[in-house]
Amino acid sequence: MRSVSVDLNNDASLLIDIPDALCERDKVKFTVHTKTTLSTFQKPEFSVPRQHEDFIWLHDTLVETEDYAGLIIPPAPPKPDFESPREKMHKLGEGEATMTKEEYAKMKQELEAEYLAVFKKTVQVHEIFLQRLSSHPMLSKDRNFQIFLEYDQDLSVRRKNAKEMFGGFFKNMVKSADEVLISGIKEVDDFFEQEKTFLLDYYSKIKDSTAKAEKMTRSHKSTTWNFFYLFIFLTLKLGKLSDLFEKLRKVEGRVASDQELKLTELLRYYMRDIQAAKDLLYRRARALADYENSNKALDKARLKSKDIPQAEEHQQQCLHKFDKLSESGKRELTGFKGRRVVAFRKNLIEMAELEIKHAKVSNIMTGSHAERTHTLLD
Amino acid sequence: MADSTKDPPPGCADLQELEDAEELFPEPALTVKTEPSASEPASLPAEDISTNSNGPKQDLLFDEDPEDLFAEATEEVSLDSPERDLLLSDGPSPAITPITPPTSVITPCIGHAHDDMFTHSSFDEIEEEEGGDLFDMNISVSDPEKVGDGMNAYMAYKVTTKTSMSVFKRTEFSVKRRFSDFLGLHSKLASKYLHVGYIVPPAPEKSIVGMTKVKVGKEDQSSNEFVEKRRSALERYLMRTVKHPVLLKDPDVLQFLESSDLPRAVSTQALSSAGLLRMVNKAADAVNKMTIKMNESDAWFEEKQQHFENLDVQLRKLHASVESLVCHRKELSVNTAQFAKSAAMLGNSEDHTALSRALSQLAEVEEKIDQLHQDQANADFYLFSELLGDYVRLITAVKGVFDHRMKTWQKWQDSQMLLQKKREAEAKLQFTNKPDKLQQAKDEIKELEGKVQQGERDFEQISKTIRKEVSRFEKDRVKDFKTIIIKYLESLVQTQQQLIKYWEAFLPEAKAIS
Repeated sequence: MRSVSVDLNNDASLLIDIPDALCERDKVKFTVHTKTTLSTFQKPEFSVPRQHEDFIWLHDTLVETEDYAGLIIPPAPPKPDFESPREKMHKLGEGEATMTKEEYAKMKQELEAEYLAVFKKTVQVHEIFLQRLSSHPMLSKDRNFQIFLEYDQDLSVRRKNAKEMFGGFFKNMVKSADEVLISGIKEVDDFFEQEKTFLLDYYSKIKDSTAKAEKMTRSHKSTTWNFFYLFIFLTLKLGKLSDLFEKLRKVEGRVASDQELKLTELLRYYMRDIQAAKDLLYRRARALADYENSNKALDKARLKSKDIPQAEEHQQQCLHKFDKLSESGKRELTGFKGRRVVAFRKNLIEMAELEIKHAKVSNIMTGSHAERTHTLLD
Repeated sequence: MADSTKDPPPGCADLQELEDAEELFPEPALTVKTEPSASEPASLPAEDISTNSNGPKQDLLFDEDPEDLFAEATEEVSLDSPERDLLLSDGPSPAITPITPPTSVITPCIGHAHDDMFTHSSFDEIEEEEGGDLFDMNISVSDPEKVGDGMNAYMAYKVTTKTSMSVFKRTEFSVKRRFSDFLGLHSKLASKYLHVGYIVPPAPEKSIVGMTKVKVGKEDQSSNEFVEKRRSALERYLMRTVKHPVLLKDPDVLQFLESSDLPRAVSTQALSSAGLLRMVNKAADAVNKMTIKMNESDAWFEEKQQHFENLDVQLRKLHASVESLVCHRKELSVNTAQFAKSAAMLGNSEDHTALSRALSQLAEVEEKIDQLHQDQANADFYLFSELLGDYVRLITAVKGVFDHRMKTWQKWQDSQMLLQKKREAEAKLQFTNKPDKLQQAKDEIKELEGKVQQGERDFEQISKTIRKEVSRFEKDRVKDFKTIIIKYLESLVQTQQQLIKYWEAFLPEAKAIS
């Protein structure tokens, strides 16, 4: 069910998946399963338990690795959010006294299904993160990635490196100020100029779309819940007809969740991906700024006739770094665009096909029932 | 009572085949006893007449030659005439003699109706009288118009009647009415008919908030919606009222529909003294109801009362549920529209041409779907919600009618007890030497005996009327709900087909992205 990204995980040398996961209270324990032909790993096949925080640790270490400055680091998976079904479960418990046994059983079933849906979603999003890494020529070779996949002890000890965490946090804070930096920098390269303009604008639009899509999906789901209550009551009065409404409601529920997966999740994922692309632009802009500063420093040094070799070397380093970033960045961003277009295409097609399917199914059910009811009346 | 179907117990609902139309809408599964869902009226009179001790006397009244009815022309009573109080009083009263000459075109059949009302004839006899005059009438309430300004302003509605029935002289006519006129009509009908067991359809509810907005002149969505809701409710109210064979012939109803001038019903104002009096009476009634302990000899009534209690609870729940659904649908609609706009902007921002076009198309599709849902699904749920509201109020009227029966019984019992007391007192007086007092006692006893007999007759009459009314009510209820469900299903089919069209049009656009 790889809904938002294109087919990853097709390189047999390193295959990763999350075959199952456990939900313990607030914590989700993912089983990360690896199959590999690479000699860098100790075994050809192995599994390890990992928590959400381990994924975040891995992501952050990658972001902070200097060597990957020119790469788009795949966005970290969002924290598992069982808030909504949990709240409803709670309400169900409270309202148990006022419902009939049938109603209660039905509602419980519905809630469990919702829980399961959230669960599936979070497993998927964590899986995609790992698969993005494994399909990237450079990132797949990362040492920390390997540790993540292989280390059979609890990673939390390694994670609790306070300095690392603090550093990551600090970096996040500074990021937002970089919008100014990125837009303010004088761009020499047309490609990057275009990309910058595009990404900044696109990001704000997709962020808005994601928020609106989320709102729409939530609305859709709560409407489905209302259908549910309604049809429970209709059951009491309409006998056979209530079956139809129950089925229609189920289809409606599927429409809502398909829309969420294909559209809302798509937008959400690419919003984060674009943020990652913007981060790349930032790092490059930073490098450019550093380079320009080093030029100024060199001039100064030449003026003062002091520390010229260091200044020259520093300037060379900056230039080199900048060039490397630019080269890598160009590659990454081009690949990114292609990936994005393909993913949108795939998901939009799938969503349209599912909508058609659901509408057809509903139509057949309703049509036959309307006919029967009509003739029965006459 | 004829049993037409057996109500399936809840668990078996899935197994039964939908052969009989009635099975579609069985009465609430909470009562496992078999209940008739739609008895034919023809079966009822046969039973009831045999138990009606009043039978023979009434038949005589209706053996009259139809020509004689024309002589009886009892007309509309003006609001201020003293006789009106007689009409409005609780309890049966003697037939009314003509007071004022007819001021509008009202057919003499009304005289007949008056007799009906006060001598409690069964309405199968009325149906016989009318012969082949089938119910063919259509009332529409339209053209709401604001009259006046400020807090004295009101909405005037045009009430148009199209009919071929002989009760009316014309086949199409219209009048202007305001909301309080409707309330006044209901108030008159309620006071005339409720206490003898007829289920008088309740008028739409007052809404101080809603009306104030309109008065103040707010020309916005919500006040337009309010006016439309009210217009539709008034229309339904009138149609329900005239569908009742007895109410249709009531002079007040006819006057309401036909006469261009109608005296204003002032006692319907919410904050008037009459309004307060009504509230006090309602409270008193509630207290009385609790204290009346009736020996129910007729299981039918006990069953039915329970049935209506259950129905009341369920309909209220259902109504609340549907209202909440309508609300959520509106919210979904707003959110979908917002998303569509945002997607359009995203499409504009997209630099890949084909994807950009696809995203714009997506925005359009979402917008169209939103419109589709608003137009069709929403409208139908809204209709369903309104119907449920109507029925919640109707059931209150039904319960009221049952309460009146209890009161009638109580009255009868009270007379009986008083008679008993008087008899005992008379027996005592026999042994004293007070001839005057004895005579007085004997006179009183005679009077009371008459009262007791009347009380018994009233009780039996109201019981008979209620039986008929309930069966008519149930038939209508089932029909109303079926109609609305059918409507909803049909429009649902339309919506689904349209949805398919939209997405099928979008699919090639999505595939064209390369």
